[in-house]
Amino acid sequence: MMDWLGPEEWAAVGLSLKVAVWATILSLPFGLVTAYALARWEFWGRSFINGLVHLPLVLPPVVTGYVLLIVFGRRGRVGGFLEETFGLVLAFRWTGAALAAAVMAFPLMVRAIRLAIEAVDVNLEEAAGTLGANRLWTFIYVTLPLIAPGVLAGCVLAFAKAMGEFGATITFVSNIPGETQTLPSAIYALLQVPGGEGGAIRLVVISVVVAITALLASEILARRAVRRVRGE
Amino acid sequence: MMLDIRIRHRLPSYEMDLALNGPEGVVALFGRSGAGKTTVVNVIAGLLRPDAGRVVVGGEVLLDTEAGINVPRHKRRVGYVFQDGRLFPHLSVGENLVFGRRFSIRREVSPSLDRVLDLLGIEALLDRRPAKLSGGEKQRVAIGRALLSGARILLMDEPLASLDEVRKAEILPYLLRLKEETAMPILYVSHSLPEIAQLATTVAVMQRGRVMHVGPTQKVLSDPAFVPMIGSRSAGSVLRAVVKAHDVDNGLSTLAFSGGDLILPTVAVPPGSPVSIRIEARDVMVARVAPEGFGASNILAATVADIHEGEGPGAAVRLQLGSDLLLARMSRRSVAGLELSPGVRCFAIFKATAIAREDVALARPMKEKTA
Repeated sequence: MMDWLGPEEWAAVGLSLKVAVWATILSLPFGLVTAYALARWEFWGRSFINGLVHLPLVLPPVVTGYVLLIVFGRRGRVGGFLEETFGLVLAFRWTGAALAAAVMAFPLMVRAIRLAIEAVDVNLEEAAGTLGANRLWTFIYVTLPLIAPGVLAGCVLAFAKAMGEFGATITFVSNIPGETQTLPSAIYALLQVPGGEGGAIRLVVISVVVAITALLASEILARRAVRRVRGE
Repeated sequence: MMLDIRIRHRLPSYEMDLALNGPEGVVALFGRSGAGKTTVVNVIAGLLRPDAGRVVVGGEVLLDTEAGINVPRHKRRVGYVFQDGRLFPHLSVGENLVFGRRFSIRREVSPSLDRVLDLLGIEALLDRRPAKLSGGEKQRVAIGRALLSGARILLMDEPLASLDEVRKAEILPYLLRLKEETAMPILYVSHSLPEIAQLATTVAVMQRGRVMHVGPTQKVLSDPAFVPMIGSRSAGSVLRAVVKAHDVDNGLSTLAFSGGDLILPTVAVPPGSPVSIRIEARDVMVARVAPEGFGASNILAATVADIHEGEGPGAAVRLQLGSDLLLARMSRRSVAGLELSPGVRCFAIFKATAIAREDVALARPMKEKTA
């Protein structure tokens, strides 16, 4: 079974999973705050933030990758700061791939969570307030459990998007086997060499399986969460 | 004074300018829909900040726009029972009940969970989810949740309005127990006179953002001057009486009150039980001489206390029967024809069947009355 794929191909699968998991986990807190702010708060520059969040969805991924390279590259302002202060290098590393995947998946996650928050009955949050819960406790004990299905759906969407991210990733961190070569990059690389189709098809099959598994899992989890929230 | 409220607030169709002083006990805020009752409650609870105002509950200033005081809602300790219950759907009944506990600093002021379960008869519901409760059960849980949150006053905004008659009759005994067995002050918003007659010790009558009058329930409801505000169709007074005997064959009960004996359809409580009876003014007739061969069960000697003539053809006549007051509604022509004026002796007449079951309430409910 293990020799069905070569070591480089296994590395690509493992790397993609690692990148997607980290991208999802790290964007979740930011996604929650952003979605909550966009759904509930009226503030100056709200439309601007909304546009900024959705930008990666409409920009060519290569452009997003290039912007990441300029900002987070070793000579970029933020990139340079991160390297000097924390010794964290993003460009041409798997960490950079995770960042690129997170940025590309962020709008999908925010959208799903925001829709869930907008569906929550504000009256219930008011009721929690009269019972002595401040805003934070109200969010933790009332809003968060009620939006759990939406958060879950957002995470799965983000995970799937992160697994499949190609354009921004290859621009920002290139296509280094074992370091930044994710599943889509590996498929692309295999298709560039003669006789690579076999390997490419095997990786395509894996992509399909991972994607379908993620969707099914999210469907089952979301249904359970909805049942729990509705009290059935 | 338990409550001391002043509110000025611009509403879509009028300007609210309200002053209300409420004593201890159950204060009913009565008015038609659109009178601004819910606005008042929302201001007290901190859900709405008025243009200007001052809210003092139990001596503590919760809002004073002039002094720049606005206690946030989660620190106000007012228990709000919403019309629609607003139970948390993702929590069980038990978790809903204790929701406010983890935030209340002064936990000792709340009654114990056991006491609330017993008071509201909801012990059997503890593990259920709100989605599986009937409307009446939901409201009982909502009341329990507010009681357990360390509240110093309960605000009830039409808690029975969304329920049908059967469910209302199911909850009222619990509300009466709440009133009789706890010292919790309650502001009870309603446009239902039967509910107010049964529950309230004080009534504040509201009209277009103003409190027109505050007074003891029996007095306000039997005051002819308030008939136009209450609505001449549903105006009525409240008598306190004690059940004397039952006439099982005819389905009637005899009750004694300060002005004599009343005959009513069976009041299903043991003899000796005190009850309050709401009698609508339009069901009461007035005669100068005791009629004979007349088909009404209740013919009672009375004295005219005062008369209020409105703009229309009607007049409201307040009758003194013993120490109780009874309101009668009749035409101005009849008032003139009968030569009624304060001090005139007459007879009040009404049919036993004019009294509906929802108009009779136990003044002190029995301990065991479960759903």
